[in-house]
Amino acid sequence: MRITEQQPGVSKRYIDQTSVSKRMDGRKITNTVFKTLFFMATLVALLVLGILFYRILSQGLGFLSADFFQNFASRFPEKAGIKAALVGSLWLMAVVAPVSMFLGIGTAIYLEEYAKKNRVNDFIRMNISNLAGVPSVVFGLLGLTIFVRALALGNSILAAGFTMSLLILPVIIVAAQEAIRAVPQHVREASYGMGATKWQTITRVVLPSAIPGILTGSILALSRAIGETAPLIVIGVPVIIHFLPTGVMDTFTALPMQIYDWAKRPQADFQQVASAGIIVLMAFLLLMNSIAVLIRNKFQKRY
Amino acid sequence: MKSWKHYLGLTVVSSALLLGACGSDAEEDAATDEATEEQAAESDTASESADQSSEAAVEGEVSGDGSSTVAPIMEALVEEYSASGTDVQVTVGVSGTGGGMEKFIAGETDFSNASREIKDEEKQKLEEAGVDYTEFLLAYDGLTVVVNSENDWATELTVDDLKKIWVEDGTTKKWSDINPEWPEEEIVFYSPGTDSGTYDYFNEVILEEEDMVQNATLSEDDNVLVQGVQGDKNAIGFFGYSYYVANKDTITAVAIDGVEPTNETIESGEYSPLSRPLYTYVSNESLQNDPATYDFFEFALDNAGAMAEVVGYVSLPQEVTDEQKAKLEEFKN
Repeated sequence: MRITEQQPGVSKRYIDQTSVSKRMDGRKITNTVFKTLFFMATLVALLVLGILFYRILSQGLGFLSADFFQNFASRFPEKAGIKAALVGSLWLMAVVAPVSMFLGIGTAIYLEEYAKKNRVNDFIRMNISNLAGVPSVVFGLLGLTIFVRALALGNSILAAGFTMSLLILPVIIVAAQEAIRAVPQHVREASYGMGATKWQTITRVVLPSAIPGILTGSILALSRAIGETAPLIVIGVPVIIHFLPTGVMDTFTALPMQIYDWAKRPQADFQQVASAGIIVLMAFLLLMNSIAVLIRNKFQKRY
Repeated sequence: MKSWKHYLGLTVVSSALLLGACGSDAEEDAATDEATEEQAAESDTASESADQSSEAAVEGEVSGDGSSTVAPIMEALVEEYSASGTDVQVTVGVSGTGGGMEKFIAGETDFSNASREIKDEEKQKLEEAGVDYTEFLLAYDGLTVVVNSENDWATELTVDDLKKIWVEDGTTKKWSDINPEWPEEEIVFYSPGTDSGTYDYFNEVILEEEDMVQNATLSEDDNVLVQGVQGDKNAIGFFGYSYYVANKDTITAVAIDGVEPTNETIESGEYSPLSRPLYTYVSNESLQNDPATYDFFEFALDNAGAMAEVVGYVSLPQEVTDEQKAKLEEFKN
């Protein structure tokens, strides 16, 4: 029952050092065991990702050339290119980005800043969170019924863009809502106190500090839209296409559709072409995600 | 405080730039494409008829959908067709025979590819929808039954054997059930998915509409079936001839009633009953009123044989091709 000099924090004889040190080893072991376990868990994900990267790169790099970006799909693997799909995906994004961001951020501002807390609005909020979990095929069917058939947009970029916008809308709304909610109430009140109107407060106080969060969420949602295949299959986007779209009403094809088509071919060479397509898609996704990270780091402000 | 507005401006400008880049890309590409396509045309057998189709300056859009089995032929045709310098824009989707028919019935496509004959219920729906159509044959496919390369017993089966193997009868099937001399080991089944025309065709001619064994692994991706059969000594599966040709070295094709699937036996029909035609169904209205559709099919029928051979199918005999062309001629304006 003696207090050691090395432990300055402990000044009275409240702690039984011998029984502590008796149990300490066991605790340390438990700590190490769990630490290793969780490290392994992290490693599994990384390992799988590593294997995937290795496989894709080793198979696909051989087919990745300037021609690959300049050619249309072909029956010869060495002449097959991704031009139609790449340009199609860019067009798709050109529709999805403005539509989904305007609707999504607009909804979030309304729900967080204007909407009163009542049952109707609670119901809307709850539904939006639920919508985020709806499988993409269901959104495809929605798009097929409404945009392709009822509004007679056909399998155009516009129809696919609207469908994809609906798909990622809940994700953008939730992300934007959270970003707006993170702006402290006292900052808003200070703004009102200075005589600012609601609109002035939103544009000059709330949005400037919420914009990094909103943009990060939106970009991550957009990169999901790039990789989605199911809704495109359902609304009948073709894969065999030898021209580029010139407007939003044109037919098109997209990266994941093209990759899926190649992966199904009997010839082994086409599997490698598919890998090359995956590299392009991954590069696209990584680029978008790093922009999101960049924005977050650069503009994040804390109160 | 204005940073976010600045940011918004930047986003708008950069997306405008991105689109602009795509636009100019398209033009440049079109220019370079002509050059590469000319080279491609020179080297290809199919370009002979290219001159014919580019004479008439037809414009327009043709859209089709349907069987993934027919898709490789269509891709080759569209590739050659667009290389011939035409202004007609053809798009083909790959929703499967059934899925393609649905769109055809809804009037969303000009033609629908099928790896089986049109079903009665589909005929009826087309009639109700007021869609008149013409059936064209594009090529032959030999539906190929395959076993693992280590399987040295079941390399020759009769149609009855096949039925016995594949029909569900409530028992776990062993090879020895079919022939007592064969190993007493469980058979492992791999079959294309129920939405494919290949499944439908097998169901019709081999199973005669009885149920397929329940423990069969079904996949819409034929490469999965190939890998399954490669990996198991007791496996049996079936799929289109082109998947067998691409994997000839690693799997064994079963001779049916003593006939092995080869280009010759499939074309002559000797490889029966598993040699099947691949179809495309074209809307009469599109053929009659839309010169683009007519022009594309004129090209398609001329070149379907050559393209089919390239992608692993079997071309039609000359007289059948001529029949198809005669059918098309009736729609000429």
